[in-house]
Amino acid sequence: MKITRKDVEHVAALAHLELREEEREHMRQQLDDILTYVDKLNQVDTSQVEPMAQVLAPSRADAALRDDAVGPCLPRQQALAAAPDADETFMKVPKVIER
Amino acid sequence: MELTREEIAAVAERKRAAYEAVIGLEVHVQLKTASKIFCGCSTRFGDPPNSNVCPVCLGLPGSLPVLNRQVAELATRTALAINCQVREQSIFARKNYFYPDLPKGYQISQYDRPLAEHGRLEIHVPTGGAGKKTRKKRIDITRLHLEEDAGKSLHEGLPESEAKTYLDFNRCGVPLMEIVSEPDLRTPEEAYAYLTTLKQVLEYIEVSDCDMEKGSLRCDANVSVRPVGTEKFGVKTEVKNLNSFRYLAKALEYEIDRQVALLESGGRIEQETRLWNTQAGRTEPMRSKEHAHDYRYFPEPDLLPLVMDAAWVEDIRRAMPELPAAKEARFVEHYGLSDYDAEVLTANRALADYFEATAAKAPNAKTAANWIQTELLGALKEAGQEISRSPVPPQALAELLQLVEDGTLSGKMGKTVFEKMFASGKSARAIVAAEKMEQITDAGEIEKLCGEVLAKNADKVEQYKKGKQALFGFFVGQVMKATRGQANPRRVNDTLKKLLG
Repeated sequence: MKITRKDVEHVAALAHLELREEEREHMRQQLDDILTYVDKLNQVDTSQVEPMAQVLAPSRADAALRDDAVGPCLPRQQALAAAPDADETFMKVPKVIER
Repeated sequence: MELTREEIAAVAERKRAAYEAVIGLEVHVQLKTASKIFCGCSTRFGDPPNSNVCPVCLGLPGSLPVLNRQVAELATRTALAINCQVREQSIFARKNYFYPDLPKGYQISQYDRPLAEHGRLEIHVPTGGAGKKTRKKRIDITRLHLEEDAGKSLHEGLPESEAKTYLDFNRCGVPLMEIVSEPDLRTPEEAYAYLTTLKQVLEYIEVSDCDMEKGSLRCDANVSVRPVGTEKFGVKTEVKNLNSFRYLAKALEYEIDRQVALLESGGRIEQETRLWNTQAGRTEPMRSKEHAHDYRYFPEPDLLPLVMDAAWVEDIRRAMPELPAAKEARFVEHYGLSDYDAEVLTANRALADYFEATAAKAPNAKTAANWIQTELLGALKEAGQEISRSPVPPQALAELLQLVEDGTLSGKMGKTVFEKMFASGKSARAIVAAEKMEQITDAGEIEKLCGEVLAKNADKVEQYKKGKQALFGFFVGQVMKATRGQANPRRVNDTLKKLLG
C-alpha cells in the first residue's frame, strides 16, 4: 500500500476538500493505483532523458515570449460578471478569516 | 508564549549582548514593465479597481499565460548586476495555496530551477561612533526568481466590510522578482545596509521604481538568534511587512529582542510567520505554519522553460550601465576623491551624473565635489527638491566655481552667489553683474583701503607693534567690513603684513 488514509486526509485538507468516509477509501484506492502505475513507468531507464513538463520542447529562446505591449483588457463590467458576488467595482467573497 | 513589550525590553536589555542574530532577507521587486508578466494588461499604479484585468490574470478557464520578454530581460540584467549565475533553462512552477486574492488557486513562480543563483553583493556598514567610517562586508545571494504578484484584498471601509472581503485584481499578474539572500546578515544595521545597496543597484540599472510606498519594493526577513560563539542556527521566524526603511531596523530589533527574551525566560521559539505591526511597534504571530510549507509545487505545464541562451545574456551584459561600486572606484581613481566623497556622490545615478557634468566644466573636480555635497545637497534638502530638478544645473555651478577659482569671487561671496542662484535660477555672472559683487583684487585699491583702516586705528597699530599679534585679525576684519566682504582676503592679508612691517 503506497497511500494511507492519513495521506488522503492530509491532501484533502490542503485542497480544502471535505471527504465522506466512503470517499476516503475510494480516493485512497485510486491514488494507490495511480502510484502503482507510476512505479511501472519508473522501470523504464530515463537516465539519458531530460525531464519534460510540457509537450513542446523549447527550441528557440524567443519562441515563447511576447513583447511588453499593453493590450486590451476586459471591460470591468464583464470581468465582474463572472463572479458569484460583486458590486460595480469589486468582487466580493465571504469575510476572510485565517484558518 | 507571548511576552509583553515591557518584559521583552527588561530581559533583552541585560542579555542582548550574549546573543548573535542571524538574518536573511527576501526582497520582492516589481519590474518596470508596461504590461503584466503573462498577459497584456497594464501595470499602471492607481487605476480604478479591476480595470486592468483579463481572462489570463483572472485565471478564467481556457486562458493561457505567455511570458513578457522584457521581464526576462530586466530580471537577467539584475541577476548579472548582483553577480548571479544565470541558468540557461529555468522553469516556472505552480505554488498552490488558497487565498481569495489569488484567483487561479496557485501562484506561478519558480522553484527548483530559478532564473539565477549564487550571487553576491558588497555592502558598507557604518562602524558607529561620530566618524563617517564604514566597513565592507560581502553578502551572498541564494537566488533570484520570477513570479506573479497577487491581487489586493480590502478588509475594511466598504459598505459590506462587516461580512465581506472586497477584491481588486489589478495587481494580479504584475511581474515580480524575488531576491533571496543567504543568512549572512548579523545586525539590523547590516540588513539596512544590504537593502540600501540592493535598492541602489536596482535603481542604477533601471529595472524597478523601488517605491516602497507603492509596493514596488517589499521586504520579508528570516530571523533567528544563537548564543555568541556558537555555530548552530536557532529556530527562525519569518517577519513580514517590513515595507519601509524606517521600520526594517525597528522590526528586526524588536524580533531579535523578543527571541532573546523568550529563550532567557525558558520559552521556545516557534517556527512561524509574524507580521510587523507599525502602530503597536511589535511583531505579532500571523498564521499557523502547520500546512503552510506544503505548497505542492509542480512544473507549470502551460509555460515552456525560459531559455536564456549565451548570446542573449551577453547582449544584456554588454548593455549594462556602470554599477555603483565601479563608479565609486572610478571617482576615487579618476577625480582623486576620498572614499567617503565618492560614496556620497554615487548614492544615486542622478547625483553621480550631476557631479560628472559639473566636474567636466569646473576648474577642479574636488572643489566641485565639496560644493555639491555641502552647498547643493544642503539647499536641495532644505527645499525638499530632487537633484534632477535642481534650480542650479551643473554648467551653472561650474561657471560659479570658475569665478571663485579666478578670484572674481571669494569663497564666501561664492556661497552668497550660490544661494541667490538657487533661489532665482539666474547664472552666477548675471548675479555678480547685477549686484556689483565682483571681488576687489586690484593691488593699488587694496593698499589704499588697508592704509585707511590702519590710519583710523592708530592706537591699535601701536598695540600691535608692541606685540599684540591677535589684532591682526581685527585689521583684516575692518578691511573686509569696509568693502562689504568684497576684498580678496589673501591680498588683504599680504598687504596688511607689508604695511605693518
